[in-house]
Amino acid sequence: MLRPLLLRAAAGLAVVWGVVTLVFLLLHVAPGDPAALLVGSAATPAQILEQRRALGLDRPLPAQYAAWLGRFARGDWGTSIASGRPVRAVLGRAWPATARLVLLSLLLSYALGIGLGVVQASTGGTRLDTALSTVSVTLFALPGYWLGLMLVMLFTYKLRLLPAFGAAGLDAEFLPAGARALDALRHLALPVATLAIIGLGGVARFVRGAMLDLRGSLFLVTAEAKGLTPGRVLVHHALRNALIPVLTLLGLSLPAVFSGAVFVETIFAWPGVGRVLVEAVQARDYPVVLAAAAVSAALVVAGNLLAELLTGWADPRLRTSHAA
Amino acid sequence: MRRDSPLGRDGRARLGAALLAGVVLVAVLAPLLTTGDPAAQHDVVATRLLTPFTTDRFGAFHLLGTDRLGRDVWTRLAYGARVSLAVGTLAVVLSLTIGVSVGAAAALLRGWLSTALLALTDFALAVPRVVLLLLLAALWAPSVMLVVLVLGATGWMTVARLVYAESRSLSARPFAESALALGAGRARLLVRHLLPNLLTPLVVAAALGVGNAILLEAGLSFLGLGVQPPAPSWGNMIAAGRDALMDAPWIAGAPGVALVLVVVGCTLLGDALQDRLSPP
Repeated sequence: MLRPLLLRAAAGLAVVWGVVTLVFLLLHVAPGDPAALLVGSAATPAQILEQRRALGLDRPLPAQYAAWLGRFARGDWGTSIASGRPVRAVLGRAWPATARLVLLSLLLSYALGIGLGVVQASTGGTRLDTALSTVSVTLFALPGYWLGLMLVMLFTYKLRLLPAFGAAGLDAEFLPAGARALDALRHLALPVATLAIIGLGGVARFVRGAMLDLRGSLFLVTAEAKGLTPGRVLVHHALRNALIPVLTLLGLSLPAVFSGAVFVETIFAWPGVGRVLVEAVQARDYPVVLAAAAVSAALVVAGNLLAELLTGWADPRLRTSHAA
Repeated sequence: MRRDSPLGRDGRARLGAALLAGVVLVAVLAPLLTTGDPAAQHDVVATRLLTPFTTDRFGAFHLLGTDRLGRDVWTRLAYGARVSLAVGTLAVVLSLTIGVSVGAAAALLRGWLSTALLALTDFALAVPRVVLLLLLAALWAPSVMLVVLVLGATGWMTVARLVYAESRSLSARPFAESALALGAGRARLLVRHLLPNLLTPLVVAAALGVGNAILLEAGLSFLGLGVQPPAPSWGNMIAAGRDALMDAPWIAGAPGVALVLVVVGCTLLGDALQDRLSPP
């Protein structure tokens, strides 16, 4: 039980290492000099050279890589070139915001998506199924950043119900605990809704397919023959088995969900890893980009591990030998 | 749906094909269907932010209104369709080429090379695609060509997996074994026997891939890392409409609806093909 899990974790670490190495190389192959960017356009060549030396950019690439990797592994992620703040502090504040956003929206999109998929599968082939299929395909096709803007237009500008920017109001620190929690929830509403809505369509499509694939299976016929109600057969027998590929989908869809979060965080000025990454990439802030890429890869890898554990829970057959 | 029913009978396939055909038609016939130059501006003050279905002082009719600079939104939408479709198609052609090569090589070559290719594919699948896209698009000067390259280079992994799995299972089938027994080389086996059998799953992957690539292109352009203004792209149109959501929701609304229609078209067509491939 433990050994396959450790192997998985090692493979996950290898992925994170691969990502940061790839990003490191790309950053150094790309045109553009962070030292020149930092000192401004009026700097003399001598000043740029001085800055390069200060940042360690004048050393040979393998030496830079080795030194950086050593420091990175020890948890010393350097300071942001753009803001001068320690990178670890920047990302330490950002990753919980992203994790909160992604987890909540995944929970919502899977709960609603599984429900929708089950309704579709149980009405398979009827007009209701066709109508719901159209809805789920449309949701699946929505670009997150556009949906986000449309929700802002409706709920913030037209109805004036929900805030559209940031994770907390300006006055949040001065509010009593209850009001502060409400304020946080109100700020979460639109970003979470956006991500959940785009995820929902994909989940519903998948659940419907997985449940229809089970149609006519002998264990379902047996359950019916035992005299179980159709609802019980549907939920306890069909859905439970259909959930296994759905959980695999959960793991595989994490990179996509994270990608969606990057756009949604940018739209809603959500203080997460995605927004840090976009801003760092635009400012060519090397240390922050490297660390943000590593953190996003780590979040995806951790999520994959979690999905695998869940699959083992849903399907006892996978718990032993095949888990590796 | 019955397995032997022609694709044309499937409502989803017809709707999907009709949606895509409509967009392709608009893109190809853009000069005929619109007033011409998508970057054309007249008197900015007199023509900016006109609502849809209005005729401006110069007698020009604006089906979808005008943007902040007085440019016709319908014209920009039609020319933007050219960018979206071209980028989506080219990127998918590129990722299919890479994916088929990697997948087929991993299936036909045995030993460490095959293992290395599969490991590379798994690694690339685990990397958040948008992180790579952002990096590549931000580090080099943004251009349409770069977007195609980046989307193609980050979208091949599912194709490679598909080709690998299908090739392995097809290779074990009697027709492939008899071809080998008759002395066919591995290259001939691939080109004459495996690829023709892989065509349908690849078409499904391509249909879904085009929709996805178009969405990502728009996303990159939305962040300012893709197609650069004043050239119209649905993504940069949405970005430009962002500041005018209250006064002129049609600027960001129209390209968003267009995006949804294209992606729905691709998805419906892909689904219908998929069902024919593996009937329930």
